[in-house]
Amino acid sequence: MNPLLDPPPPPTPATPSREFARGLVAVIPMLLGAVPFGLIYGALAVKAGISPLLAIAISSIVFAGSAQFMITKLVAAATPGLLIVLSVGVINLRHALYSAALAEKLAHLPLRWKVLLAYLLTDEAYAAALRRMQSEVHPESRHWFLFGCGFGLWSTWQLACIAGVLLGGHIPAAWSLDFAGTLTFIAIVVPLLKDRASTGAMLTAGVVSVAAFALPHKLFIIAAALAGMAAGVLLERLVRRTGLNA
Amino acid sequence: MNLWLTMALAGLLTFLIRYSFIGAAGRITPPEWFRRMLRFVPIAALTALIWPDLLMPAGEWQLSFANPRLLAGLIAALVAWRSQNIFLTIAIGMGALWGLQWWL
Repeated sequence: MNPLLDPPPPPTPATPSREFARGLVAVIPMLLGAVPFGLIYGALAVKAGISPLLAIAISSIVFAGSAQFMITKLVAAATPGLLIVLSVGVINLRHALYSAALAEKLAHLPLRWKVLLAYLLTDEAYAAALRRMQSEVHPESRHWFLFGCGFGLWSTWQLACIAGVLLGGHIPAAWSLDFAGTLTFIAIVVPLLKDRASTGAMLTAGVVSVAAFALPHKLFIIAAALAGMAAGVLLERLVRRTGLNA
Repeated sequence: MNLWLTMALAGLLTFLIRYSFIGAAGRITPPEWFRRMLRFVPIAALTALIWPDLLMPAGEWQLSFANPRLLAGLIAALVAWRSQNIFLTIAIGMGALWGLQWWL
């Protein structure tokens, strides 16, 4: 072990409870975005005609901010159930990316851990835990860190959504709080636009979403998402073949 | 379809997506094209929700400087690009929307 090249070990032993606590702390910055988002989801769900009990249950059943936000719009537009499920699948397909990135690090764990950590896997928990999961310092306890991130986000998300359901009717429409959902998506997407292929995927999805907006049942979401993915793959192949890149 | 059943299926599908590679634990390697595509999924899926809200806020085209959502969204995109900070992007974006709604 070379003390100059290897990262120093944590100052305190990496016991499960300490790693869990570190995970809770690491996810705190993400809560600043998740709390208003959860409030808005709760308010929009009630406004869309979803019963308060179901609105709260969705937060644990689906447990995905962007998908829950979209569900309120789809239910408000009386979209058929099958298309709601399909739209949720397309929007949440990105979690397969996180699942693939973490699979190797969690491979040694028993089934109950894999199920628990998969259930808690969100954009926020993944972002907060990524560096710790990639670190080879005390790898035997790093899943507790991920659990801390996931649990911190999950419990806060439940409380925010419940508060949103209860407060829903009292939030004035002029506050335009639903815009915080769109802003969260902007904050996630913009840093991902690192090359021509990803920018092309964004522009394609954007143009298709507004061009196909008039389609029934909000099918523009599925159409735009699939078109954007296809454009990204094709552009990347083109860039690799021609050697051009931004 | 009953809304409870719909949500149960949506939740099951979401869990299966999250569990996919963790559950396979190295036994299944995703095909190359699939791994390449995954990188574009968050971009494409979230953009499909962003653009209509900025360009067609009331369900109709509003490509003008009198559209506060479009302007606030562009300001937020600029903040996201420069700061890479989710909280700052939301805070400045909401502030811009409220300011523009009051001013325009």
